[in-house]
Amino acid sequence: MSNPQQLRYSKEHEWLSAVEDGVATIGITEHAANALGDIVFAQLPEVGDTVTAGESCGELESTKSVSDLYSPVTGEVVEANQDVVDDPALVNSAPFEGGWLFKVRVSEEPKDLLTADEYTEFSGS
Amino acid sequence: MTVTPPRLTALDALHRSLGATMTDFAGWDMPLRYASERDEHNAVRTKAGLFDLSHMGEITVTGPAAADLLNHALVGNIGSVGVGRARYTMICREDGGILDDLIVYRLGETEAPEYLVVANAGNAQVVLDALTERAAGFDAEVRDDRDAYALIAVQGPDSPAILKSVTDADLDGLKYYAGLPGTVAGVDALIARTGYTGEDGFELFVAPADAEKLWQALTEAGAPYGLIPCGLSCRDTLRLEAGMPLYGHELTTALTPFDAGLGRVVKFEKTSHGDDFVGHDALVAAAARAETAPPRKLVGLIAEGRRVPRAGMSVVAGGQVIGEVTSGAPSPTLGKPIAIAYVDAAHAEPGTAGVGVDIRGTHEPYEVVALPFYKRQK
Repeated sequence: MSNPQQLRYSKEHEWLSAVEDGVATIGITEHAANALGDIVFAQLPEVGDTVTAGESCGELESTKSVSDLYSPVTGEVVEANQDVVDDPALVNSAPFEGGWLFKVRVSEEPKDLLTADEYTEFSGS
Repeated sequence: MTVTPPRLTALDALHRSLGATMTDFAGWDMPLRYASERDEHNAVRTKAGLFDLSHMGEITVTGPAAADLLNHALVGNIGSVGVGRARYTMICREDGGILDDLIVYRLGETEAPEYLVVANAGNAQVVLDALTERAAGFDAEVRDDRDAYALIAVQGPDSPAILKSVTDADLDGLKYYAGLPGTVAGVDALIARTGYTGEDGFELFVAPADAEKLWQALTEAGAPYGLIPCGLSCRDTLRLEAGMPLYGHELTTALTPFDAGLGRVVKFEKTSHGDDFVGHDALVAAAARAETAPPRKLVGLIAEGRRVPRAGMSVVAGGQVIGEVTSGAPSPTLGKPIAIAYVDAAHAEPGTAGVGVDIRGTHEPYEVVALPFYKRQK
């Protein structure tokens, strides 16, 4: 697998798109999706929620376990991916594309987000 | 600190070449899944799946008094098992607590009795020790055969057709819970019609050196049918849908077979040692208790929502804890989360209203149903 170059990554295995008009798209990496296994339920933050970098803002449930979803940045949620709520398997099949999770109007982003190459080294895949 | 390296099955390299996600299970490095565990689950329900179950613990019991020993050591009437047949049974402590659930295959003819006892991986040593200790005074030998066998299972509605294409053994004459020696893909095997998936299927006990050859032959024979390799993750959801207990979850030393709703495996009338089997007195009391005042009952729960119950979560009703989830998972067949749980008898009737599971602080509504969740059409 390869981690798209244009994204940045957190050590909690989320990715963050380039910020456009103050808004960034957030998802989990293919590495994380593979580690979780088939995702069967996604509880995403709701539009208007404030999310804080590094804090839990939802959960992803797979066959074997439930995992907290973290936001890589601080800001206000402007959209949640209803397609993923309806069909959580999208996170497994297209984690970097149709399986995105939510969009945030970014107010603050941590300085330690990783580049694709750094994340590849960090995650080992 | 001593670090014990994980035990590897004879198929370890093959699993890795197939890209399996491996997991530790009772000290063994086992395939959890190869790709999507949901696809693997559905393959077993609709076509066929191939499993490496070499972590299971085989113990051979031989000798003139082999049946007497097993009647004494186990709760079932093993003396009544015919040659070539198998029996689901349990081994209990003196206080009735379940040490393990087992399948016992009767292999040898009457003149040379031989039984293969298959224990759960995590309990194999405990079962071996107990059988060895209980064999004192019997003209019988208990042999640790864990390293003598690899175990490969082919499960699913197409498994008879697939197996037929690689063996001349009389599979049509092989009933559920029966086993016969035969040759499969040129390999000597004990062919057993048993499984842990709720589907028709076979378990093949072979020498570890033959495991890879057999696996490859079954993979090729199964390809036209859509057979795929399957890991322990789907094995768990398959058995859960089929309402089959898993040791450490539904079965523990704190419970008797009667507490687990499996009192039928206890036979007080045996061909030998009827009132002299380990746990007899405690189990008589447990049977009476289950009849008159059952504390809790094992039930199925089906979610109305989408959050998944997990082992250890509380079952609640009217703000009170009335039970505990022992196994839970999203059910691929039902398309909903399901659980097996012990609940107070007052709330155990199917259709009981107002029952929920406390999932991280939220009381999610659940429907109480009788087990199993899934039964195959025969």
